[in-house]
Amino acid sequence: MQEGAVLEMRGICKEFPGVRALHNVDFTLREGEIHALMGENGAGKSTLIKVLTGVHPKDGGEVHIKGIEGPAVIRSPQDAQNAGISTVYQEITLCPNLTVAENMYIGRTKGMGANWKAMNDGAGKILTSLGIPASPKQQLGSCSIAVQQMVAIARAVDMECKVLILDEPTSSLDEQEVVKLFGLMRDLKAKGVGIIFVTHFLEQVYEVCDRITVLRDGQLVGEYVIEDLPRVQLVSKMLGKELDDMADIKGETGGTAVSLEGDPVLEATGLCSNAGIKPFDFSIRKGEVTGFTGLLGSGRSECVRAIFGADHVTGGNVKMDGKAVKIRKPLDAMKKGIGYLPEDRKGDGIVGDLSVRENIILALQVMKGFFRPFSRAQAEAFADEYIKLLEIKTASSDTPIKSLSGGNQQKCILARWLLTDPKYLILDEPTRGIDIGTKIEIQKLVLKLAAEGKSVTFISSEIDEMLRTCSRLIVMRDRKAVGELNGEDLTQTKIMATIAGGDKE
Amino acid sequence: MAKELTVDKQGRIRERAAMSDTNLLLTITVVVFFLLYLSAVVFLGGGFTKPQNFLNILNNNASLIVLACGMSLVMITGGIDISVGAVTCLVCMTSAVNLEQQGGSIFTVILIGLGIGLAFGVIQGFLVAYLGIQPFIISLAGMFFAKGMTTIVSKEPVRVTSEGFLAVKDTRIIVPGLGANNKLGQYVPAYVEIGVIVALLVVIALFCLLRWTKLGRAFYAVGGNSQSANMLGINVRRTKFLAHVLCSLLAGVGGILYFLHVGSGDVANGAGDEMNAIASSIIGGTLLTGGVGNVAGTFFGVLSLNTIKRIVSSLGFDEAWWSNITVAAMLCLFLVIQSVVLLRKNKK
Amino acid sequence: MTTPVKDPKAPVQKPREGLLKRLTRHQLFIPLAALALLVLFNLIADPSFFMVTMKENSLGNPVLSGNIISVLDNASELVILAIGMTLVTASSGGQDISVGAAMAIAGSVILRLVCGGQVSADTMAMPLILAVLAGVVVSALFGAFNGALVAYFKIQPMVATLILFTAGRSIAAWINNNQLPIMNDLSFKYAGTFLPGIPVPTPIFITAAVILFFWLALKFTNLGLYTQSVGINASSSRLNGLDPKLIKLLTYVILGVCVAIAGFVRVSRSGSINYSRIAENIEMDAILAVALGGNALGGGKFNIYGSIVGAYVIQFLTTTLYKYEVPSTALPAYKAVVVILLVVLSAPVVQEKLANLKRAPVKAAKEVS
Repeated sequence: MQEGAVLEMRGICKEFPGVRALHNVDFTLREGEIHALMGENGAGKSTLIKVLTGVHPKDGGEVHIKGIEGPAVIRSPQDAQNAGISTVYQEITLCPNLTVAENMYIGRTKGMGANWKAMNDGAGKILTSLGIPASPKQQLGSCSIAVQQMVAIARAVDMECKVLILDEPTSSLDEQEVVKLFGLMRDLKAKGVGIIFVTHFLEQVYEVCDRITVLRDGQLVGEYVIEDLPRVQLVSKMLGKELDDMADIKGETGGTAVSLEGDPVLEATGLCSNAGIKPFDFSIRKGEVTGFTGLLGSGRSECVRAIFGADHVTGGNVKMDGKAVKIRKPLDAMKKGIGYLPEDRKGDGIVGDLSVRENIILALQVMKGFFRPFSRAQAEAFADEYIKLLEIKTASSDTPIKSLSGGNQQKCILARWLLTDPKYLILDEPTRGIDIGTKIEIQKLVLKLAAEGKSVTFISSEIDEMLRTCSRLIVMRDRKAVGELNGEDLTQTKIMATIAGGDKE
Repeated sequence: MAKELTVDKQGRIRERAAMSDTNLLLTITVVVFFLLYLSAVVFLGGGFTKPQNFLNILNNNASLIVLACGMSLVMITGGIDISVGAVTCLVCMTSAVNLEQQGGSIFTVILIGLGIGLAFGVIQGFLVAYLGIQPFIISLAGMFFAKGMTTIVSKEPVRVTSEGFLAVKDTRIIVPGLGANNKLGQYVPAYVEIGVIVALLVVIALFCLLRWTKLGRAFYAVGGNSQSANMLGINVRRTKFLAHVLCSLLAGVGGILYFLHVGSGDVANGAGDEMNAIASSIIGGTLLTGGVGNVAGTFFGVLSLNTIKRIVSSLGFDEAWWSNITVAAMLCLFLVIQSVVLLRKNKK
Repeated sequence: MTTPVKDPKAPVQKPREGLLKRLTRHQLFIPLAALALLVLFNLIADPSFFMVTMKENSLGNPVLSGNIISVLDNASELVILAIGMTLVTASSGGQDISVGAAMAIAGSVILRLVCGGQVSADTMAMPLILAVLAGVVVSALFGAFNGALVAYFKIQPMVATLILFTAGRSIAAWINNNQLPIMNDLSFKYAGTFLPGIPVPTPIFITAAVILFFWLALKFTNLGLYTQSVGINASSSRLNGLDPKLIKLLTYVILGVCVAIAGFVRVSRSGSINYSRIAENIEMDAILAVALGGNALGGGKFNIYGSIVGAYVIQFLTTTLYKYEVPSTALPAYKAVVVILLVVLSAPVVQEKLANLKRAPVKAAKEVS
């Protein structure tokens, strides 16, 4: 092991069926250091962490931990805890049915008994010292998500750990809570704890971190001291492209030159749903590409879900081509010519065990009706056409869709909606977690569809993707539409300012 | 005045939010039981006013109380075990044959009961926890295996005549102060059988296990969210395994108590008790989805279930089928209540 | 030098598999292999098992008789149930354990109507077809009850159907006031025994008709696609315009109809009913048939032909066990062992271990070379 290192991972490999998630990845964490682990979605950050914490067994490589002779054997999260690694995961991994105090102590106390008094007292002290607004005796499920995440952090920092892993802990925290968390991280760093910090927010990386390790497509790109790696370079390392390359797309297709005249294809006023968004107005014209932008949880997905009828619509009016329509459930929207590619590809998009062919024809088949199935030949013709058109890499149209890579799965879902020949297509994060080549293909496709006269709503967490494709952006904050930008205003800084709020001039 | 009311209202709402699911459902159960029994006493009178009537519910259901508590343990971890009734039956039959034909004693009966229970528990627990097979399928197979084995042990009912055993069986523990005069004016003391004492001890022991031991809390954690429990450093497989072992072991104990109560082996022994046990657990506030429940609630669940059976039969619906229909109706009602409560909560 | 963008997540190309491997992978392999094993066992142990002879039945009509005929005949109810059970399993990822009890209800309704409430009747009080229709409607309603609990109240299927499992036989008894009505009209028994002049048992024809119906339904409607889609990913199905709750409910109603047909066949075999014994333990066999047919009990993709073959295998096993004088009451113990072996062998953990065992020698050989 290197001098001063508290954790060393060497040549880590991990394969999931059909996917090489990690290939020969090295990672070194030193004492008293905050180390950012960066990479795009699907780059292998979470897999690396889950291998380290024993959630996934590794296929190859060694882990060395300070104070343990030889390669450390970590087969389960318990082993990891015993080895001095404590973790806060992106999703909350606590038990909602237990009390706050129990969640902080379960699985790490000695002896057979559960000492409620000691747990409640200890938890009470930590909660107060971190300023977490929860009672130790409260059932965890009755706390807000942010408080639950803070409890998870409190549990992790309370353990006598050598390594603390924070896997995107800030996505559900507000600004003050993030400040508190950073203070905590600096205290721990001073005590010599090594911290691995995974986040999407570049500002946060440059605020607290000492070093950055970048992963891309399951491989190590490199380890850098923070001063040596300006933001622009970090981004290009994460994406594996020079920024100039990316600017090409818009040039190729000539941008979205749309006349802002003509009647709207869809016009919604005061639309709101039970997913907790404030009523919003929205309209889109023929051949136009619009976007919803905002931070995670700002309500951009909920808006498009309301348009498609995916959530229970509680109010508002929708007009299509000037006529009032009622959209209560997805089928209503589909019949009116709306298509919707959902944000959660695995949970809401693909039907995993069904074949590529069945996945592609599904939406059109449902619209055609229960008693009128497509013939096998017809279905195969449809599938083959789109496999060719979108260059979907699959062994055959009979292959179960779940065995395809993320990007190709996404293309199948796109094919599903293109097959229904929609007037208006909603794409919610179509580029998340897929490789860069496919990302660019999808963006080109969006522009092509618009040129053909279809209306598209495009949502992406990556603002430059939206800048390249959209001619108009609706900015969301706190589940409310707070601004609309177009033309000259479509710049990174202007968007950031609008997302952040009007107080920054 | 109005202001005070709102404050009062708010205070109450806050209190309710702070109450855990387990305690909320336990409270519902206890209240339901007392309302049921009280209304029976007030509106039906008769037998319901006599303390012995209440004690007989305990005497007749000591075995069910133990079975239902075991069932609650498994259900809290998110599993289910429908083999318990058949295991009870197998224990009774094997014990009867042992006493009558092999010269066994009360001790061999206890050994048989615990042994059979442990064997079922270890095998079922292993298959569920370490091979990841659905508990329902495994215990369904276990139920049929036990049923088949019972008839292989003996097809004919076996009545026990062993005196040593009958002495234990007929031991009555007098409950002071609850006796009543019979029609002839003689004082008849109120009593419970030995089984009731055992059952109550089991309830108390399990209550302590669930509340004050790490294993008990691990049951809840695994049932609440087994993936999270794993991440929190709990050995999920071992926890599930132990829950199944305990449940089957308690089914063995339940078998011994059943045998002590009826004193014979019969293929009909314990028939349908798995359903009664599940129904009692659910009525007692154990959620099928796991993570929520309490053996104290289960105890009251058994009492409620049998009280309503008695009420139905004393209302004149005494044909055999009403009892099953009542159980099913209660089960349905509580399942729907739980489902609605849960769906509401999840929506928030 | 720029290398072309390569997708590292593209599925690893699998080498073309041998014929044997593809054969053993086929979903119908396990049930057919089990059937072949049973046939082989009986061929070796006693070839007379397969003899089919013409005998006179109690009415003096010449009919076919023999173990094979008895397997095909007696499996009828099970096959019909297994088809419905497959759909329910696929859509809701759970099984209906109330089918036996529901068969008792359907049988009880039909008997009550044809006997007109009498304990013993010599002529039918109403046309048989109407009585059967009434049975179908009642059974479908109970199916809808189960389905509603599963789909709309989100209760696990096995637990939701526990209610009817507990109450069903009692409800059946209640319908007939706990009397055991006997129908003596011969034409009532046509469906369960023989049609006059035809030597093949009628249940075989009824089963064939049901299978044909479902073959057509799967071919000419989207029943298969919708059910599988909902079973695999309900949320995604909803966003593609399906109503997962309605489709789950529908599969339970279909199972209810299957139950009624099976119940009718069962009561018309004897013209009477025994509430606690009729179709006892058949739910276990039906679930076993689904599993044996290579269908995942967790739902999703299904193959009804697998379940049908599975059902015949179970009946074949039962008939074989009977032949070797295993008492009927001990039968569940043997079947339980088969179930456990089956689920253990199909458990992912075990499959993985087996695959590793197979792979290990290959790897070792490669390392040597």
